[in-house]
Amino acid sequence: MRFAGIDIGSRTIKLVMVDDKGQIALSLQTDTGFDPIAEASKLINGVSYHRIMATGYGRNLFEISFDAPTVTEIKAHARGARAFFPDVRTVLDIGGQDSKAISMLANGRVKKFEMNDRCAAGTGKFLEIMARTLGFDIENFGEEALLAENDLNISSMCTVFAESEVTSLIARGRSPRDIARGLHASVVRRVAGMISRVSSEGDIVFTGGVARNPCMRALLSEKLTRNVLVPQDPQLVGAFGAALLAGDIS
Amino acid sequence: MSEDYKSMWLHLGLDLAAHDVLLGILGKAYQDIFLSQNNRPEGMGYFDFVMSEVHGLRIKELIDEKKSGRKIIGSYCVFVPEEIVLAASATLVGLCSGADFAMEEVEKLLPRNTCALIKSSFGFKLGKVCPYLENADMVVGENTCDGKKKAYESLNSMVKNLYVMDLPQVKSAQGRALLKTEYDRFKKSVEELTGISITAGSLKQAIRTVNAKRAAIHRLSSLRKADPAPISGLDALLANQVFFYDNPARFTASVNKICDELEKRVKEKKGAFPEKSPRILVSCCPQAVPNWKLPFIVETSGAVIVGEESCVGERGTRNLTDESGQTVEEMMDAIVDRYFKVDCAIFTPNPDRLDHIQEMVKSYRADGVIHYGLQFCQPYLIESMPIEKALEEENIPCLRIETDYSMEDVGQLKTRIEAFIEQLR
Repeated sequence: MRFAGIDIGSRTIKLVMVDDKGQIALSLQTDTGFDPIAEASKLINGVSYHRIMATGYGRNLFEISFDAPTVTEIKAHARGARAFFPDVRTVLDIGGQDSKAISMLANGRVKKFEMNDRCAAGTGKFLEIMARTLGFDIENFGEEALLAENDLNISSMCTVFAESEVTSLIARGRSPRDIARGLHASVVRRVAGMISRVSSEGDIVFTGGVARNPCMRALLSEKLTRNVLVPQDPQLVGAFGAALLAGDIS
Repeated sequence: MSEDYKSMWLHLGLDLAAHDVLLGILGKAYQDIFLSQNNRPEGMGYFDFVMSEVHGLRIKELIDEKKSGRKIIGSYCVFVPEEIVLAASATLVGLCSGADFAMEEVEKLLPRNTCALIKSSFGFKLGKVCPYLENADMVVGENTCDGKKKAYESLNSMVKNLYVMDLPQVKSAQGRALLKTEYDRFKKSVEELTGISITAGSLKQAIRTVNAKRAAIHRLSSLRKADPAPISGLDALLANQVFFYDNPARFTASVNKICDELEKRVKEKKGAFPEKSPRILVSCCPQAVPNWKLPFIVETSGAVIVGEESCVGERGTRNLTDESGQTVEEMMDAIVDRYFKVDCAIFTPNPDRLDHIQEMVKSYRADGVIHYGLQFCQPYLIESMPIEKALEEENIPCLRIETDYSMEDVGQLKTRIEAFIEQLR
């Protein structure tokens, strides 16, 4: 018996199928585009499952179109992260349009969470726009930032203000790599604050697409002096958690 | 209703085109938010009617009162004592401050980072869409938070007959003395406005009228302790909102009538939501009409709101005024005592508020608290952090929200609130 989880995020849609042992049997990913339901339909066409559960910002749309149960990203990421690292009690998820810090009780239930509100500060979108401003490809933005030679402080958290701050740093001749690391550090400062409000110690599971960025991982671990663990394909953790939760419904 | 009331609104100086837009939005929102609910008590029909006529029949009634010589006093705060107003044969109404209106104009007078409630009160004035305000013979501002007290300085140039009441910020003997002085001064001003001297008889009657109104709300609140909750949080909030607009005696009778129905529902275990739905206490900033954003999100996400620790709610209605006094002076003291207990965040320190939240969590059997803060409302937002900490130490889940009247954060709020409800299940 197979269960599916679909995570309709702001940038990408992820579909994960799990077998009855909770192992990932299949995963698919596509860009969200302008018509998330059409894209989601394409993903689920041709796969068969016993039940599907939706998460992500498009979950309610999916619920209406496909009459499927939904779960918030918070619970889905907590469930997915716990399947990879059963002892970890803190999860950080940074996706395209939001970031969340979650702490769990020993039994895996969500104890407390923090989420950014209304703006792109501290999200994948921020990094994406900044990479573009600096002429880097988002896929190796983190690697480039790690090659920085000098520390540099970016004070703006706001995407719009930070972009003009970056432009003026470029004009002052600062190296793009240094600026890149400064930008990563500014996101880390913001999410570190969120993490410390939900949990003060122990390892952290880092999920969501931004967890693939090595500079984010390194700076986060350095800033919090806590281990940062990243599952394989961290961007799939929400969909994976939703698939596991679909299987949990009796 | 529009056609019948147009000349009345025109006469009040409202901007008819803008007012039509407002009523259109209000009507649509009411339809989507209130009338779409399932399992509503029949007694809500009265409140539906009140809301459908909130700028119509109620205004006409107030104009008729004025014609008969009665004065209308508008207020923005629960510290304005209705007992004194009624005793001088005047009528107290709450003024509009629950929706964004004419924001471009407002931001010429107030900084952008002013709380939504203050901005809204200016918006209704500048947009000429609040018939309560335009109809008022006296508008009472009160020195609560810094935002409000400074904003009244600007409002003063826009509103004729603005009366500003000072308020204490510390619950000391001096603080109480200040409140007493200010209530005495207010009494005198209201008497001057109406030309009617307050007597022991009229004050006692006024205290009884306002107490009856509060007692009816207490009865309604108490029925919400049942599981399943016999009334939705939205509908109960609406009753608390109408508290500020309606004729007191009629309001009391209507609330008591709905309570009779709710008592039956409780006996029959009939609820607005299924039994064992997660139960939420909303605490913090007031939710003025038509600010139904938070309860709408909560109650369309499967939880039920069982209490409001708020000015529009229990903070505003808690405690009756002692009616045993025989002289005006004794009763004025009783009024001061009653209002001095209000645990508004302008007081420092304000430990009663945390105690009340904890008491309410217990008595309404809430599973969690949503701390509803209006952005830039410094006093309540600063209190939110120690309150969250104290609740969590008692294993009471708490979600701190900071929002305004705009709809731009509804998606994010929905995710956070749904996740909070998942946490409570």
